[in-house]
Amino acid sequence: MSDARPISSLDWRGVDAPPGPELLLRRASVLDPRAGIDAVHDVVIRDGRITGLAEPGTVENGGAESIDAEGMRVFPAFFDPHVHLRTPGDEGAEDIETGSRAAAAGGYCGVLAVANTKPPVDGAADVLALREQARAEASVPVGFFACITRGMGGEELTEMADLAAAGAAGLTDDGLPVRSARVLRRALRYQRLAGLQIALHEEDPELSADGAMHEGTVSAALGLAGIPSVSESTMIARDAALARHEEARIHVLHLSARGSVEAVAAAKEAGVRITCEATPHHLALTDEEVRTLDSAFKMNPPLRSEDDREALIDGLRAGTIDCVATDHAPHPPERKEVPFEQAAMGVIGLETAFAVLHTELVVPGRLGLDVLVDRMSAGASAFDLELPSVAPGSEANLVLVDPDAAWEAGAQGWESRSENSCFTGRELRGRVLMTVVGGRVAYRQRQFAMGVA
Amino acid sequence: MTAIRHLLTVEQLERPDVERILERAESFAEVGRRDIKKVPALRGRTIVNLFYESSTRTSASFELAAKRLSADVVSVKASGSSIEKGESLKDTVQTLSAYGPEAIVIRSPYAGAAELVTRWTDAAVVNAGDGKHEHPSQALLDVYTLRRRIGALDGRSIWIVGDVLHSRVARSCALAFRMMGARVTVCGPPTLIPPGVEDALGCEVAYRLDDLGGADVVYALRMQRERMSESFVPSLREYTLHYQIDARRLGPRQLLMHPGPVNRGVELAAEVIDGPSSLIATQVESGLVVRMAILYELLAGGERPRGGRARGPDAELPAPTPIGEPA
Repeated sequence: MSDARPISSLDWRGVDAPPGPELLLRRASVLDPRAGIDAVHDVVIRDGRITGLAEPGTVENGGAESIDAEGMRVFPAFFDPHVHLRTPGDEGAEDIETGSRAAAAGGYCGVLAVANTKPPVDGAADVLALREQARAEASVPVGFFACITRGMGGEELTEMADLAAAGAAGLTDDGLPVRSARVLRRALRYQRLAGLQIALHEEDPELSADGAMHEGTVSAALGLAGIPSVSESTMIARDAALARHEEARIHVLHLSARGSVEAVAAAKEAGVRITCEATPHHLALTDEEVRTLDSAFKMNPPLRSEDDREALIDGLRAGTIDCVATDHAPHPPERKEVPFEQAAMGVIGLETAFAVLHTELVVPGRLGLDVLVDRMSAGASAFDLELPSVAPGSEANLVLVDPDAAWEAGAQGWESRSENSCFTGRELRGRVLMTVVGGRVAYRQRQFAMGVA
Repeated sequence: MTAIRHLLTVEQLERPDVERILERAESFAEVGRRDIKKVPALRGRTIVNLFYESSTRTSASFELAAKRLSADVVSVKASGSSIEKGESLKDTVQTLSAYGPEAIVIRSPYAGAAELVTRWTDAAVVNAGDGKHEHPSQALLDVYTLRRRIGALDGRSIWIVGDVLHSRVARSCALAFRMMGARVTVCGPPTLIPPGVEDALGCEVAYRLDDLGGADVVYALRMQRERMSESFVPSLREYTLHYQIDARRLGPRQLLMHPGPVNRGVELAAEVIDGPSSLIATQVESGLVVRMAILYELLAGGERPRGGRARGPDAELPAPTPIGEPA
């Protein structure tokens, strides 16, 4: 494993730009569970770094922008290791500019874009082109995955070492599983040379077949072909065994089922180098939402049972699930305004992730705020990136949140080019007001921006 | 009188809705015995039949039902239409709605298609089968058929036998029979019974016909030959051995139903299809009057629907305030 590098060294508009002007957040309630910080401070940001956490009200405003953050929370900014930016090939759904803006609006200081684009990102030239585009367009640092197999065909390995040299952030065939155990085994062995983390979409296509939703009571009532939980958990067990055998490391994408959490827990117990993620929608919703056959609730893996959701929440709390990832998957209306079985799979998630989990898990007392704050950015370390921190001396990657703000998801539109959220119309509590990346303000919420002007 | 606006699922219906529709069907039964089999109930109304799947009896009976009520009918089939050229359901519905139909009857291979159509038109919508989800007019005609033969269904035991997994008829019928007070058991190969079906439909599950003797009614489902190659069942032979309804399994006081078309010699043996216990032919007859009653319920049963323009932003413009009057 290579040494962790700063998130701001990923590609974005700020990568070669001078750090932003000095910034002062007065009387903010700062929470950074990894650094053991939970107190009210004046936060001083200078030259792209957090230079001080002072006693509240003690820092003089020496020409810096000063924000009254009384009653607001400051956390390490979030990091999402799993988003679809749809570039190249499907820019009508999302592009790097709109997707990274959505990330900034959600409080993210960095995202990793998966590689199932059109065409898929499977050569060094593809990676270099995307990196250059991100330096021109991205509001927050963006890393780019490349494929594990050429054209995501599942048969031939990509030039993994060359991709690493070109600056790929990791390898994944997300959207599809690596069906062949033989091919995956070779990729894992080759990781000794290439070094890159391998992120796996776990699904046995023999079992999920033409399924459109979770297999259970609701699919039985609707007559929809089901995707059983075991289609995911059996593949995780297989791939954890392969990783163990090859002494490789893997990251499991979007866990959805109890059996999957158990498979990861068993692998971790056995010492396998395995990390994994869960999405806000799997942590907040169940297959009951599909009863209305609303295609807004169609995604892969599917929303599962309440028992599965409980297992995901417990797994997130216990640390079996390392981090939250959105699997932000934009689609234009014409791919969703069709019968459920024909609709595209996927939902956008960057702009609502924190608020949804805060509302559904933290406010009702299901999960500690400190745990959520940790899991919202912990994915960075699985990809050899420094974890965001608000401890003095850290790169200034932080998010300012109004924990009590009530708002309706989607009521003021979206920064994303697509609107396929499964939370549209939902009342949420807790809102990102400002996102700071490498000391520069990447996002200000509209009313909040007006308030300080 | 309140009438339902659309017929999308059995699940949306209340028992009084079913009673009202079936009473109306009784009154239409008499029309079929007249020399001129027609009433003017829906004269001047337009009904579009939009069929994305091939169908004989459902499309024919909806068309004939509309004609007997003196409505104007346009039937659109997927083949030979703009649907074949890749037009989306939304665009097709909005285009057809521009002709102002009062009702759209839709058959689709996809669950939820009929409900979606209601979002794109002001017309009343009838679900004539959506994927493997529901087929409410079939369930209503089956309840009608049974009640004509045996009276109330309260306390009766009905077994639905066969490929429940792929059957919209099984889902709608189980819900309808239960609503009318019957006890429902679904029976079939374990691979063709969806996990969770007990809770989903409120029925019992059996994997063998051993206890079929307790049933008042045996409702057999169509067994498609593709299921063998998809390894749901090992062979036709093994299926018929375990699940075929024949004279040996069907008792003299048990009634037999089937939604059609029948695979003779597969789910049913020839001797029971045409036997005295068989209601299969009656089901087809009932289909016509029940579908007349459904169209009447939606188009003339309550307030007159507005007529089916495509939904647009100008659909609900307020009347202008006359000049000189206080606004």
